[in-house]
Amino acid sequence: MTTSTPSMAARSAAAPAPAPPRTEQRSTGRLGDLIFAGAARGSGVLVIALVTLIGVFLVAQAIPALLKDQASFLTSREWTVAGDAPRFGIAELAWTTVSASIIAMAIAVPVGVAVALFITTYAPTWLRGPAATMIDMLAAVPSIVYGLWAVLSFRSVVRPVEDLIQQRLGGIPLFAPTGVSGGTIFFIGVVLSIMVLPIVTALSREVFAQTPTSHREAALALGATTWEMVRTAVLPFGRPGVISAAMLALGRALGETIAVTFIVSSLAPGTPWSWSLFNGGETFASRIANNAGEFDSAQKTGAFIAAGLVLFVLTFLVNAVARIVIQRRAAFSE
Amino acid sequence: MKRTTVQAALVPACLVLAASLTACGSDANSPASSGAKATGSTTTNGSSTDCPTGTINGEGSSAQKNAIELAITAYQDTCSGATVNYNPTGSGAGIKQFIAKQVDFAGSDSALKTVAVDGVVEADAAAKSCGSPAWDIPMVAGPIAIAYNLPGVTTLTLNAEVAAKIFNGTITTWNDPAIAALNAGASLPATAIKVFFRSDESGTTENFTKYLHAAAPAVWTADPSKKWTGKGEGKEKSAGVASAAAATPGGVTYAEWSYATQNKLGVAQIDSGAGAVALTGESAGKAVAAASQKGQGNDLALSLKYDTKEAGVYPIILVTYEIVCSRYADKAKANGVKSFLKFFASPEVQSKLESAGYAPLPAAVQAKVAAAIAAIS
Repeated sequence: MTTSTPSMAARSAAAPAPAPPRTEQRSTGRLGDLIFAGAARGSGVLVIALVTLIGVFLVAQAIPALLKDQASFLTSREWTVAGDAPRFGIAELAWTTVSASIIAMAIAVPVGVAVALFITTYAPTWLRGPAATMIDMLAAVPSIVYGLWAVLSFRSVVRPVEDLIQQRLGGIPLFAPTGVSGGTIFFIGVVLSIMVLPIVTALSREVFAQTPTSHREAALALGATTWEMVRTAVLPFGRPGVISAAMLALGRALGETIAVTFIVSSLAPGTPWSWSLFNGGETFASRIANNAGEFDSAQKTGAFIAAGLVLFVLTFLVNAVARIVIQRRAAFSE
Repeated sequence: MKRTTVQAALVPACLVLAASLTACGSDANSPASSGAKATGSTTTNGSSTDCPTGTINGEGSSAQKNAIELAITAYQDTCSGATVNYNPTGSGAGIKQFIAKQVDFAGSDSALKTVAVDGVVEADAAAKSCGSPAWDIPMVAGPIAIAYNLPGVTTLTLNAEVAAKIFNGTITTWNDPAIAALNAGASLPATAIKVFFRSDESGTTENFTKYLHAAAPAVWTADPSKKWTGKGEGKEKSAGVASAAAATPGGVTYAEWSYATQNKLGVAQIDSGAGAVALTGESAGKAVAAASQKGQGNDLALSLKYDTKEAGVYPIILVTYEIVCSRYADKAKANGVKSFLKFFASPEVQSKLESAGYAPLPAAVQAKVAAAIAAIS
């Protein structure tokens, strides 16, 4: 700071017109401006290039393996990636990943929104700070710790719930009883919901807090109860924010690796297909992580990378949908 | 206001810390420290471990992790100027890194393959990378336990055929007549059998299915492979299957011996036709002694006799190898690898391995291994 001031003073003294016009903000030709503009532009280009290169890498690695694949990559449930005639497909991985993530969303979004409303509207002022910090703490727990906790402790809490649902609703294929005792899709979904809860809560809290006071007071002045005020003023205002929070959380749930790898019970090859959420199964990320130690040939690696590519595209689509939704909804909130 | 925030943040942090500490507390590394002291005093006189300075790096099999860590601790106590790093990432990864010259030796659950797999012949690729033939040196024998969780049942005897039927889902309850026939007098519960298998590709699965396929070919028809071909529920790595079996009454799995004992699981005795054999370092060591050498010269790749009918032999073992170049381009690396492996193969260190859940190499094999290590240049 001190070193730059004299040089700036010297510069402006030498120049005949010292103050540049305010409207022309592009560049003053000063060193700081150039560095900042260059750094900002460079970072932007770097990130775009990075994502593109990752995409290119995935495609380039996956194609040779995909060409050799004897089964349908999108609909097959087999996963034999070694040998001259590999047969692999992602149907089972996609089902487990997506259904566990949907369960996570079904739990995390309503709870997260409710927590955010509690913190911004219902909680006494002294409680708001600590409560928000507690929720954020959930995001600070490393995911391996979630995995350990889920397997060693939380499993026995969810187990009776699962048994009850299987007893009462076992007739519905989605809840049919299976022999899986450990990491069911349902259990993975529940654990994921806890992991993504802070994302939903933190973002929802921010948008709810920004509801114009005039809207809130107008609703209350018209005789609305707190709940009616929330329903007519806060929720419509915060909806785009909640949607984007849910999409971010979904992205996280889809790609969560270590905790899921720790929990999942994978199915033996040839296990008959079941729609049940109480069945086992691996997600994209967990299968890749679990087998990374044995990537001993390019073909094998390629097959796993092809699965990774699907996850990449899936997450990309989720984020794209979130952007579109937010942009469309933005008009309503004003 | 500020103080409450900090307190609110601290309480859960402590809870989380406490939980993770207790969860990680059951690590059986205690033999390493006691072993180190003992070897430090015994090796200085006899085995003339010359101590080169420098660093050597190895990577590979996680099945030999505990054994090699024990050996490294003791070695570095003896040779303070030497550093040995071992990264247990898996056999496949180790061989890959070895071929790519990233590490000086690889640990592997199976010898270098001499037939092409996906267009690559491992043995040729390794030889090309070394500029000389690569050797498989058996170093650690790890018995694979059939571990079960049946409260009240302390001894359980199985044979290959019944084990194969359990793991392929033909036998579904513990009081099945086939199991009862091998366990006269034992009261077996009617609990359903829950099979847990390794969901990652692993040398343990490969060796276990090699045993089932060799000893019960009529029941276990699938070809042995690193990927599980039976029935059951998959869990991650040895720790995953063992803890899942421990958490599930009626659970059964296959895992390295140490995982079975750590999780307080029962270990089945194997009856290969000459009476039930319990898993001990000695009975598993006999299986190594009975193996024949399939490699040539100093390449000590072994061919295990899984279908042995001999009395007193525990047949389900896996032998992990250290894969080395027969001639290193870098003289310092050659000396480092030689010195460490010589120490690892010495009777003093081998005899310590049983406490970590491994079987020591029998004397005849130890002599061959010592000769091969001496021939590295």
